[in-house]
This record gives sequence, C-alpha cells and structure tokens, in this order.
Amino acid sequence: MISGKLISAICYVLFAPLIGGLIDGIGRKISARMQRRVGPPLLQPFYDLGKLLHKDPVHVAPSQNFFMMSYLFFIVMTGGMMFLGMDILMCMFVLSTAVMFLYFAAVVTGSHYSAIGASRELLQMVAYEPCVLLTCVAFYLVRGSFETAEIIKGDVSPIVYLPGVFVAFIFILTIKMRKSPFDISTSHHPNQEIVKGITSEIGSRNFGIYTLAEWYETVFLLGMVALFIINSNPWSILAAVVVIALVYFLEILIDNTSARVKSDVMIKVSWAVTLVAAGFNILVLIFFLG
Amino acid sequence: MFDLIIPFLICFPFLIAVILLCCGKSKFGNIVSYLGAVVIMIASVAFFVYKGVSGGFAFGQGMYVNTEIADYVILAGEILIVLVVTFLSFKYKRYWVSLLSILPTAAIIFQEETAAHEEIEHIYIDKLALLMIILVGVVGSLIIMYAVGYMEGYHNHHKEVQDRRNYFLALLFMFMGAMFGFVTCASLIWLVFFWECTSVCSFLLIGYTRTEEAVENSFRALWMNLLGGAALVVGIIVFYNYVYPTLSFRTFLMVIPQMTSFLGAVGMLPVFLMAFAALTKSAQLPFSTWLLGAMVAPTPSSTLLHSATMVKAGIYILIRLAPLMAGTPVGTFIAFIGGFTFIAASLMAVSQTDAKKILAMSTISNLGLMTACAGVGTAETTWACIFLLLFHAVSKSLLFQVVGATENSLHSRDVEDFHGLLYMLPKHAMFMFIGITGMFLAPFGMLIAKWSALKGMVDGKHILLILFIVFGSAVTSLYWCKWMGKLIAHPHKEKKVKDVTHAGEMLSFWIHGLAMILLCVFLPVISIYFVDPIIAGSDMFNANGAAIPASTMYILITILMLVFIVPLVLYASGKNDHSTEKLAYMGGINTGKNNGFVDFMGEEKTLMMSNYYFDKMLSIEKLMKPAQVVALVALLIILGMLGGYSIGGMF
Repeated sequence: MISGKLISAICYVLFAPLIGGLIDGIGRKISARMQRRVGPPLLQPFYDLGKLLHKDPVHVAPSQNFFMMSYLFFIVMTGGMMFLGMDILMCMFVLSTAVMFLYFAAVVTGSHYSAIGASRELLQMVAYEPCVLLTCVAFYLVRGSFETAEIIKGDVSPIVYLPGVFVAFIFILTIKMRKSPFDISTSHHPNQEIVKGITSEIGSRNFGIYTLAEWYETVFLLGMVALFIINSNPWSILAAVVVIALVYFLEILIDNTSARVKSDVMIKVSWAVTLVAAGFNILVLIFFLG
Repeated sequence: MFDLIIPFLICFPFLIAVILLCCGKSKFGNIVSYLGAVVIMIASVAFFVYKGVSGGFAFGQGMYVNTEIADYVILAGEILIVLVVTFLSFKYKRYWVSLLSILPTAAIIFQEETAAHEEIEHIYIDKLALLMIILVGVVGSLIIMYAVGYMEGYHNHHKEVQDRRNYFLALLFMFMGAMFGFVTCASLIWLVFFWECTSVCSFLLIGYTRTEEAVENSFRALWMNLLGGAALVVGIIVFYNYVYPTLSFRTFLMVIPQMTSFLGAVGMLPVFLMAFAALTKSAQLPFSTWLLGAMVAPTPSSTLLHSATMVKAGIYILIRLAPLMAGTPVGTFIAFIGGFTFIAASLMAVSQTDAKKILAMSTISNLGLMTACAGVGTAETTWACIFLLLFHAVSKSLLFQVVGATENSLHSRDVEDFHGLLYMLPKHAMFMFIGITGMFLAPFGMLIAKWSALKGMVDGKHILLILFIVFGSAVTSLYWCKWMGKLIAHPHKEKKVKDVTHAGEMLSFWIHGLAMILLCVFLPVISIYFVDPIIAGSDMFNANGAAIPASTMYILITILMLVFIVPLVLYASGKNDHSTEKLAYMGGINTGKNNGFVDFMGEEKTLMMSNYYFDKMLSIEKLMKPAQVVALVALLIILGMLGGYSIGGMF
C-alpha cells in the first residue's frame, strides 16, 4: 500500500514534466487551430525548455536564482505530497509558500513591470485561495479525511456530491493557470502594458525553471480535477482523464475568446462564484449529511 | 518553597513598580528594571521547570485557603483603583466613566461582604495557568528589557513628551503582576480585582503622552474595558444568587454544566457575561477600536497589550469557558463574533500603510480566530486556540519590537518607507521577516493551528465560520506578503540610516527569534506533554488522546521543517553558482542602478513602486462602523435571548 503511494509520487516527480510539456504543446496546437494558424510542433515546449536551460544563466538580483529553485522545489513537493496520498490542505499551504517564492523572485529586481506583475500575482492568490481551501473542506465533508489516499477510495465519485464546488474550482483554475481573462499577473505576449509581468525579469535558466514549475503545477491542478472523479472503481481513472481533457479544452477556449479583466473585477467575480457555487453546495451538503 | 513563587510573582512586580515610582527621573530606574525583569523571567522559568521535574506537570494544585490579610489588601486595591479612575475621570471631565468603576466595585464589595463564609482556594495552578505564567514571565520580561532601551531613543526623538520613563516602566511591571495574579487566581473576587487592574494599567499606559489624542484614546480603552469588568461583576452576582452560592472560579466552571440542565438560560447568563467581558478585553468587534487607539502610546506598551498580556487575558478566560460554551447558543454567537472579527479586521488591515496599524488589525483578526475557536469549544478547536495564543504572543511581540526599533532609527513606520529595508537595516529586516513568517507561513506553528481550527470547524459543521476562515486567510496572506515584498525590494535610493538600536533591544530580538524556532521544533512535544493534557483535563473535555494524532503531527512538522531548511540549503549551495548579472528592463534606458531610467528627453527619472492598498474600498473609516453594528446586533440578539429566557424562567 505504502509502496503504491510511493511509486505514484515518484512517477509524478519523474513524468509530470513530460505530461505537463505535452499538455502545453497540445494546448498551443489547439489554440493555433482556433486562430486558424498551423501552430508550433507538438514537442516545441520541450525544444524551448532545452534551449532555455542551455543558455548562460542570468539574473537581475543574485537572490533570484535561489528563489526560483525554491519555487520549483515547493511546487514539486506540493504535487508529490498529493500523489503520496497526503493531506490535501497541507498541499495547498505548501503551494502558497511556493507562490510566495515566485513573488519574491519578481519583487527583488526593482523593475516596475516585474513588481506590478508580482503584486497582481498576490491578488490572484486572494481570488483563488478561498475556493481552493473550500474544495479541500468539501472533500473532507464527503470522505471524512483530508488525505488524498482516502479521498479516492469512495464508492461514488465526489463530483456527485460536489457539482457546485467543481464549477467553482474550474472557474478559479483559469486564474491559477494564468489564462485569459485572468492573465492578470503575466501576459502571453510581451508587447502589452506590463510586458511579461511577474516573469519580466526571469530569464534564461530561471525562465526554464519557471516553465518546468508551471508544468508540474498544471499536472498537480489537473490531478485536483481528477480527485473529483476518481472512486474505488479503476475505470473511473479513465473517466477522470476524459474530464481532464474536456476541462483543459474549455480553459483554452475561454483563453482564446475572452479579453483580460481588471484585477478587482477578478476578485469580485471569483469570490462571488466561490460563495454562490461552492458555498451553497457545502451548505446543502452539511444540511443533508448532518 | 517553590510554591511561594506564585505570591512572589504577583507581589514582586508591584514592589519593583513602587521602587521605580520613587526613583523619580534618575537613571537608577534602568538598572532596577533590568534586574526586576531578569528576576521575574528566572522565577517564572524556574517555577515551570520545578513543576515539570517534581510532578511531570501532572496535577492541578489549589492553594491558599485562608487569605484574610491578602483579602484586605485586595479590598484596599479595589478602592484605590476606584479612586484613581474617579480622580482622572473628573480631571479630564469624563464624569460618567467613573460610574463604570464605582458601581461594579461597590456591587462586588457588597457581594463579598454579605456572602456566607466559605473555604475556597484562592490560587489554583494547572497547566493552562502554568503556560500563561511562562508566557507572561518570559515575553513580558523581554518587553521590559526592550522598553528600557526604547524609551531612551523615544525621548531623544520626541522632545515634546514629558520624560516620565520610570513611571512608564512601573506601569509595565504592575501590568505583569496583575497578569500573574489573573491567570493563577481561583477566587472570583480576586479575578475581578486583577481584571480591573489590567484595565487601569492599560488606560494609564495609553495616556502616557498626555496629548489630546492620547487622553481621548485612553478613555475609550478605559470605558470599554470597565464595561467588560461590569459585565463580569454582574455575571458573578447572577451566578452567586441564582445558580450556585460560591465565589470559587473552579466551582463555577464545574457546576455550570450540571446546573444548566435544569436552570436553562439562567445558568448560561453568567457564562455569556463573562465571555462578553472577554470580548471587550480581547478587542473583538464591536470593541476593537480601543486597541487601535492604544497605538498612540510608546511601542513597548503596544507590545505588552498585543502580545502576552491584556488581550490574551480575554482569550485565557474564553479557553476556560470553552467547554461550557460548546454547542450552546452562547458559544455559537461568541464564535460568530470571533469569526466575523477575523475577516473584517483582516480586510481592514489590507488598506493600512502604517506598520503598527497593520499589526494592530492583525492582532484583532487573530484574536478573532482564537475567539471563534474557543466559542466552538470542541477539543480540537481549543487545542488550536491554545497554540494560536502561544505562537501569536511570540511573533507579535517580536514584530512590535522590531517595528518600534525601526521607527526609532528610520523615523517612520510607514510600510512604504520600509522599501528595501534589507539594504538599510538588514538585521531589523531579517527579524521582521521572521516575525511575519511566524504569523502565517510554514514552518511556524500558526499554520498547524489554523489547519486544526479549520478541521475542527468542519467537524462541527459551522459553515459560516468556515467561510470566514477561508476568505479571511486569503486576505491575511495578502497583507503580510506585500509587506514582506517591501522589505526585500530593490531600494529606490541610497539612504544612510543610523542604527540607534540598543544592545538590550537586540538581545530581545534574538531571544524571540530563537524562541520561535524552538517552539516550532518542539511543537509535538509541547502538544503531547502540555496542551493535550490541558484538553484532556477533567475541567475541560475529559477526552482521552490528542486533538491531533501524534503521527499526523510529526508528518506535518517534518514537511514544515523542509520549508525552512530547503531554501537555506539552496541559498548556500547556489551562492557560488555561475550566473551573469543583467540590468532590469525599464522601458527607457536603465540608469545602471536598477532604480531609474532615462526618459526621452534625456533626463534621469527615479522609479517609485508602491503596493496595492484598496484604501477607498477597505479603509477603517469605511468598514469599522458597519462591522461594529453587525457585531453589536449579534450581541444584542444573544443577550435578548438569554435575558428573556432568564426572566421568563424566574416567574
């Protein structure tokens, strides 16, 4: 049992970058098709990463290097803890710690583009954190444990009890993945008002580390989506993969069809969705379970 | 012999205070204060160790049944307090405030004199009391050591304030003595005395500078706290006359659960009144404004009010009452007010640029979380509450001291002026950083306590509290993070700052930092040998086993320690890494120092970066009144319910 958990955690550490990179590649391809472009090759993200990691390392402030390494470490740790079957709430606390390091790496530079991006990253955190914590609470209510190993053991998929929470989680996923309309802290194209926001001053190897961390994070977040679906029936894993594919497609669609909103709108809307969808769902759940 | 330490701890600070008052303006006071603080610290630690070695902390111990002389001293003290309050109320023309002191004191003295003689313990030492003793003893003494150096710098910096530093130090000592008495006494009469004592000490401390604002704020603190004291007195009188005729706090805690079954609301009325008193002392909404106003006084007094004493006295009472409140309407409403204070105060903290105001709002907000935990009153949340109290005391004391010392050197306590503090006052920035991490980040125990609190509230199915906590903690992260970002940000301009921090202050920082790390490392030990038994005690939950299984806790601690160690390792290993330094992208041409650019006219422009504050949306002026109204309505509802039922029950 323990070894099973260990294997899944090791698999995560080893293969998450591969999966994350592939997902990124597929995403770019789909995006391109939506815009009637051919798009880059499927493996382009890997070529990009390889090139970034082989460049001469640069920094604006020396501490950036260690902040970015810590960021990567804690993102990997977050996912590792989840795949090890550990406490999901603690995972989320470690994830916020990771985000903090990214924030530090941006804010030490003195560049205003980077500093604005960093401040906005905090606002994004304020926008998604309540929903993320409520999701953990919702899992606990359904399964009586915060541990992912227990959460996946039920007879019925948690989504049956948690449709509202699921909707809210998908909503904040857009914020967490920094996709439009909530690409507040950074933007896809450097020719916009905040340049590349939080990543403006993160270059060459450090940007490679950032990309890698983003892939790990994507896999972790999609793993969270899978937690809504997986139950004791092995076939549910297949269902989870299908749901993940649909969710990811939806994210790309939203990304391509919406324009960036202001940060205060983001916070208000996401809090409203969290309160209405997740809060109401949990209220009903407590009413029926209690 | 060691049992004499309790009266010693209570009386010795008062003695030192008297000596200090006699010192006048001489520098002799500094030496007396240092010595007094060291003696108190050693005595409290020695007592703690002795209790641990001799009995393994295993027992509660009642003492001092016959205390006739002490009773007279306390009676004299009560009258003295009334005289002081009345005199000052008349001096500053706030006549009605004196009534809040005269009437309750008269009532409690009448109650005491007419009560039938009973043999009760006046001092009771159990683990919770012991925990409070060591907290007050160590943190309080450190604050006094810090205060001696601070007042030196303060009076050099503020020439307009009359130099009465020995009087100030004397008040700090009195405060400590009152706190020791408060957490150890088992007689309700004594409890009221020490309660009023802390109220009056804080009033005098806040009014230290005697400016108009200081007088105004000190009277606000006074009337709110005296109102709480009045509620306490009414609670005791109701309890004595309608529930059970005793003046023993221990018996109070024991009999209420048994009496409520047939007495109904009358039984809960004293509990509510006592909890209400705790709300005033812990600066919960609608009484939060007094703690904000307390900032006009020199920093050591804020430190003392915010960390180990005063506000924690309220929480201490709430922890004692927690088992009585669990699952009752009183508990629900107290928890609601706590949770609501948590989110409202953290929202208001976002809009503040004044470091001390941020700290004050964060204190109120964290106390809210503790109140909510105590109000829910299950074993788990009470466990969380005790740990929150412990960690908050140490972190907040450190933060206030560092901010005070920084203000003395930098002549500003605006967080925006802390931009790049790491390059101006590196040690201060480091300790501030540690203090802030202690407030909300891994690896410090605050996080585990929060985790436990959330779990307990989910178990209790308190949906509203869950929402308060998840939204509140998101906002909490925001205001701390942006502060941390300021500390490490690249400086706008080169600024030479003269560090005027005293060695005593620095020593206090180091001890605090060390204490925080030790608390973190030994969290499981503290939990297993100390906090779990408090929870399991017969006067608490009688529940066997820990609120959190030890295995879970070890895993959590290991993970959290990683958060601490990994960045250090990465920092050390990455130091000699080859990496080229580049200039930041500025839009225009970078001037070469990463803090400005050359504009299109060829002029050099300096960049100024500022944080988000949302001050139009979240200012204290805008949010405080509505928040107070909400909390007041909640209080009135529960008071109406209890009052109605009680009166109905009597007929």
